[in-house]
Amino acid sequence: MHFGPILSAMRRNKVGAFLIALQMALTLAILCNALFIIHQRVVLMARPSGVDEANTFSLSNQWVGSPEQIGAMIRGDLAALRGLPGVVDAYATNAYPLRGGGWSEGVSLAPNQKHSTAHTARYFTDDHALNALGAHLIAGRNFTSDEIGERSERDKARPGVIIVTKALGEKLFPDGSALGKTVYVEDQPIVIVGIVDMLKTPWVSNAWAEKFVENSMLDPYIFIAKQYSYIVRAQPGQVDAVMQTAQKKLFEVNRNRVIEKVRSYAQIRADAYRNDRALAIILGTVSTALLAVTAFGIVGLTSFWVTQRRRQIGVRRALGATRRAILAYFQTENGIIASVGALLGMALAVGLNLWMVKALEMQRLDLLYVLCGAVAVMMLGQFAVLWPALRAASTPPALATRAS
Amino acid sequence: MFRYYIWLALRSLRRNPMLTALMVAAIGLGIGASMTTLSLFRAMSGDPIPQKSAQLFTPLIDNWGPDQREKTGEPGQDMLSYTDAIALMNLHAAPRQAAMYATGFAVMPTDPTQNPFQADARATGADFFAMFDVPFKYGAPWSAADDEARADVVVLGRKLNDKLFGGANSVGKTVNLDNHDYRVVGVLDDWSPQPRMYDVMDQTFGEVEALFLPFNTAIGRQMDIWGNNNCAGPTVVDPGFEGHMRSECTWVQFWAELNTAEQVQHYRTLLDGYAAEQQHNGRFHWAPLTRLYDVRKWFDVQHVVPDESRVMVVVSFGFLFVCLVNAVGLMLAKFMTRASEIGVRRAIGANRRAVFTQCLVETGVIGLAGGLVGLALTAVGLAGMRGLLSKDMAALTHLDLVDVLVTVALAVLAAMLAGLYPTWRATQVQPAWQLKAN
Repeated sequence: MHFGPILSAMRRNKVGAFLIALQMALTLAILCNALFIIHQRVVLMARPSGVDEANTFSLSNQWVGSPEQIGAMIRGDLAALRGLPGVVDAYATNAYPLRGGGWSEGVSLAPNQKHSTAHTARYFTDDHALNALGAHLIAGRNFTSDEIGERSERDKARPGVIIVTKALGEKLFPDGSALGKTVYVEDQPIVIVGIVDMLKTPWVSNAWAEKFVENSMLDPYIFIAKQYSYIVRAQPGQVDAVMQTAQKKLFEVNRNRVIEKVRSYAQIRADAYRNDRALAIILGTVSTALLAVTAFGIVGLTSFWVTQRRRQIGVRRALGATRRAILAYFQTENGIIASVGALLGMALAVGLNLWMVKALEMQRLDLLYVLCGAVAVMMLGQFAVLWPALRAASTPPALATRAS
Repeated sequence: MFRYYIWLALRSLRRNPMLTALMVAAIGLGIGASMTTLSLFRAMSGDPIPQKSAQLFTPLIDNWGPDQREKTGEPGQDMLSYTDAIALMNLHAAPRQAAMYATGFAVMPTDPTQNPFQADARATGADFFAMFDVPFKYGAPWSAADDEARADVVVLGRKLNDKLFGGANSVGKTVNLDNHDYRVVGVLDDWSPQPRMYDVMDQTFGEVEALFLPFNTAIGRQMDIWGNNNCAGPTVVDPGFEGHMRSECTWVQFWAELNTAEQVQHYRTLLDGYAAEQQHNGRFHWAPLTRLYDVRKWFDVQHVVPDESRVMVVVSFGFLFVCLVNAVGLMLAKFMTRASEIGVRRAIGANRRAVFTQCLVETGVIGLAGGLVGLALTAVGLAGMRGLLSKDMAALTHLDLVDVLVTVALAVLAAMLAGLYPTWRATQVQPAWQLKAN
């Protein structure tokens, strides 16, 4: 292939070539950044919560008035729920992974520490919680039933025991020796008796909480409050049925309550990651439209050039150029333009990303994206130019002899 | 002449439907994407009370000390402790002021066969309603005396009044909330400020609370805090609700209406004076750090518009730009194929200006068509957004008249801007040259 004729033809149509190159560059810049953000959000959404999500649901319970014996009422409810057919286990809590709102706490290695050593989500649970969540204990032990106390939101902490996630244990004791150690929560000494492999915090889509999203601690307390949640785990395949029977059962036990937010974990997950999903879908849609517009733009402009140069092409064909040569001519031309566009686009992509890092607290773009994006945009160009180029190649040599 | 140009434009567009469709589609897609995201962004960054947003202020007092401050040195809290809120109330330094917090009830329906249901509530001062220009359908706010006396009175939101009383005037009637009777003193008309300016921490967008009750009534009943509650710093929290009220935990939102620059200045001085006094009597071990933000500044500080929304706007406007570059290329192609026609027009007397106007009208027509396509796509896009975002955001995904006008105007302007270079090129056509070539 000779580049000479192509370049000299392009010099006569500088603006057109420049427009295609610019369009490809912008497409590349936007595409890389959009795909990068989409990928990040998809990774975020795919993270496991540590809960047996397929079989578990939650409901929020609010008592009417100010009952005195909430502790006993919760125990009654839990006995009723655990006795239901299809229920594996159930417990009451202030919050749960992916809930959206909850209780965060600082954990220290000494009393009266100025800055806590680790931030963590705090869940009030009982000896049934690990089973009801489907969480895996990897070291130590579960709570025993006689360790379970009662605590209202406004109580003071007491010395006791906790179970922590592996991530929290490692944050507190980087050498991995968290089990059996004493830490301080609300300035009270607490012994770590168990470690679970994973339980996410209630806040999974939140820049503030991202730093401790794996840190959770379980307290052996029944949470005494007017409003709290039950977590119920059903036998495989029975979660939908149990969601109905559980509500009915609770109203049978006591009518003076409001049950709200009955959500399967699929729903909880959808709610938790709603904004991430929305962003990914919207950017995906825009990216698709972007590719389509760019491709059709290339088709349109190249078709126009082909039409403009039909006689010229006819002459070339009459002088012995094969169809293949004509096809190659337009593909090479597009390839040259696309290379310039891709180079410019790579710089633009990095620039756009740097700006977004600064202005919008985004992360740095992985350069692999830029390279893949460049290849993709060049392939898009080759693909889009194919139809007009084929049309050009089919120009009959006889055209050269006819007057227009 | 203008009508003739429009007629010419339509004829020319019909002659090359493929190229026309491509241009209209490109502009329509670009406009649709950018207006969808811009409309959402505008709704999020809107001012729910433009007539007063510069007169409503929320104060902050650093009651936790330097260790808990942001890296920028700004206070770490976004609310007040109960102690500070009450102290500010007692200063009576603003013409209107209200302390408030989010709470809620179980509502007992009048029909005993029905189950009780949940209603979120806002405990606040009597000035709240006048301060935020809250519209009343029936009745009026409670009085300051009611608040002082911890009276069992409520103002119902319109929806709750519809549900309990079928929308009738319920002033003077009682509602049973958590086994206590409350007298209805007022019913709100439709009121949906977006963002919910008075408490963007607990819920930035969405509906306002179902009902309102006096701050002191809620405190007297020790009603649960349903909103954020932050305990940090050298905090000793004694047990019980009273212990919590005495603590340095922050959970009370506070707003004051200050109408003049002197009032604002005076209020700032008072705030600092109060904090200095707290330092003096040993409660704060640090120099006073206070802030006083008006509504718009407060939205900035609270980062009310999520970064996601900005990313969407940036990306979709980038897309619009690509669409325009695309349109420039296509228009260039289109006008160039018509060089001979333009040559003829020039030869028989049309000056450059006439050719320029003609081409510009044509791009305007393309822009208008693209704008209409874009408008339809924006409506589709916003409907899609409604499905993707949470219910709280649903109120933000509606096209208003301004959106419609901006969409069409932007499309026409964008198309004409894109058409500028091709149009200029068209005017450069040498009549003789074109005629000769033919």
